[in-house]
Amino acid sequence: MEDQPKSEIMEDQPKPPPDKAKRRFLTIATGMVGGIAAVAVAAPFVSSLMPSERAKAAGAPVEVDIGKIEPGMMISVEWRGRPVWIVNRTPEMLATLPKLDEQLVDPHSMQPLQPDYCQNIHRSIKPQYLVVIGICTHLGCSPTAKLESGDESAMGATWPGGFLCPCHGSTFDLAGRVFEGVPAPVNLEVPRYAYLSDTRLLIGEDAKGA
Amino acid sequence: MSKLTGLLNWVDARFPLSANWKAHMSEYYAPKNFNFWYYFGSLALLVLVIQIVTGIFLTMSYKPDAAQAFASVEYIMRDVPWGWLIRYMHSTGASMFFVVVYLHMFRGLLYGSYRKPRELIWIIGMLIYLTLMAEAFFGYLLPWGQMSYWGGQVIVNLFGAIPFIGEDLSLWIRGDYVVSDATLNRFFAFHVIALPLVLIVLVVAHILALHEVGSNNPDGIEIKDNKDPQTGHPKDGIAFHPYYTVKDLVGVVVFLALFSAIMFFVPEMGGYFLEYNNFIPADPLHTPDHIAPIWYFTPFYSILRAVTYPLFGIDAKFWGVLAMGGSVMIFFALPWLDRGRVKSIRYRGWIFKTALTIFVISFIVLGYLGTLAPTRATTMLVQILAVIYFAFFILMPWYTRIDPVKPVPDRLQT
Repeated sequence: MEDQPKSEIMEDQPKPPPDKAKRRFLTIATGMVGGIAAVAVAAPFVSSLMPSERAKAAGAPVEVDIGKIEPGMMISVEWRGRPVWIVNRTPEMLATLPKLDEQLVDPHSMQPLQPDYCQNIHRSIKPQYLVVIGICTHLGCSPTAKLESGDESAMGATWPGGFLCPCHGSTFDLAGRVFEGVPAPVNLEVPRYAYLSDTRLLIGEDAKGA
Repeated sequence: MSKLTGLLNWVDARFPLSANWKAHMSEYYAPKNFNFWYYFGSLALLVLVIQIVTGIFLTMSYKPDAAQAFASVEYIMRDVPWGWLIRYMHSTGASMFFVVVYLHMFRGLLYGSYRKPRELIWIIGMLIYLTLMAEAFFGYLLPWGQMSYWGGQVIVNLFGAIPFIGEDLSLWIRGDYVVSDATLNRFFAFHVIALPLVLIVLVVAHILALHEVGSNNPDGIEIKDNKDPQTGHPKDGIAFHPYYTVKDLVGVVVFLALFSAIMFFVPEMGGYFLEYNNFIPADPLHTPDHIAPIWYFTPFYSILRAVTYPLFGIDAKFWGVLAMGGSVMIFFALPWLDRGRVKSIRYRGWIFKTALTIFVISFIVLGYLGTLAPTRATTMLVQILAVIYFAFFILMPWYTRIDPVKPVPDRLQT
């Protein structure tokens, strides 16, 4: 009953033409505000996938006794969920290092994959002990030790001793330097470490910090 | 009017039940000459259902926790009543999904099913394939064995090869500095809910797109070009239901017989369906001496390993990842790479037939070599095959155009 007079009034007054520019402005403005809100809401979801505080806190340094490693042998310890190798290199092993320059991608460790105090031919503080993260720089497998030279490692007569990644065949020498012509692009990473005494190592921290 | 028709009318007035049944089943006209290769679409749908049902039941006993995951899978295998059956059904289903999908894609290559006007069906299909690869990869981490762990480690690190953002991206995917409990938990979430939803939506889109343009057939002739003026239906078309539902049922029976034989007698398939190293719990400090992805990823994995040279000052790792990604993505371009004047292999000339044969052989050999440990000799062979693989696609616009094709008849040949 009440509707009828209303519609009559509407018909009496001619409708003003729609303001298209205004409509477009309102549509774009609403869309933009909505878009900003959507991005803002997405942010916490995306961020929630980053490492948690607990994961970040799990990176404490570890102490290792290296006194019991026989010459020519290695041990593997866990630090930040990754294997860290400590190799007690014999003089013969160390003698192979200067001869390999031609075959290596980065013989002088120019890439910053080691603390400054390990940027030398043997990539360590004491030449005898190599400390290196045992994760291939290609795709994160843990290489296998092939420390013996030549055929004793079943790596062919010219093999100087080192490491072979089983996943994609990358090879590294006894200082963790990558050979040419393999998929791994750079040398193995050397963590920060310090000697607490002659036989005790602290991995993951040095005088300058963690 | 019976009570049942009454009920149907009641529903139809509120929901387009009969209309959809007609549009997609009883009055969807498919070419009458579908052959063996046309079983694999409906079989893929069947495997999807098997995976969803078995997956739901596995979730009820599985624990997505790095400390408990491996043991919970063994618990399913030993202690849960019939748990071994459900688990083997799921693991066999995973491999059979890829068998069926690869044959389904090969059918597309044989008969030019990706050609105009079916480009979008092909693209949606490729999206299904990509989602399926992601789904399989996420699922493979869940048993938390050595292969799960190191396979996951390698694949996540692939993203690290992307310049500038790579390292942060793989950190974001893992949620930790190495593959860990956080990674396992999120992969579980992706595997059981996020990707299955995407998969179902894509499958529906795939079928809707197919039913819009109509199915291709072994002759590659458009049946809609020859309609009966009285009925308006294609002369060479038959109703999907009952003709093809019944035909597909035969395929289902044969497939399920094969599926059961694998599931009951060789569920590990000699280490190809379930890798032996995956029966060892994950050990973050020790990579197994030989790691290889599961068989359906090995052709692409071979291509990743083929690239051992740096180029333009960017390291080999980046190019390897790019080549591997490219070897999958290049399939998307197929509808535009193929310039042949005919669709079906039946009317193609010797050039395309030879190219396709060589491609299939190189795909299979790449897959086989991808399961082996790399040596200098196999790396060389893989590099040659990878070049052939890409040549099949890149040279396609040229060799399909000069291919001496046979004349295509107007009507289907039966």
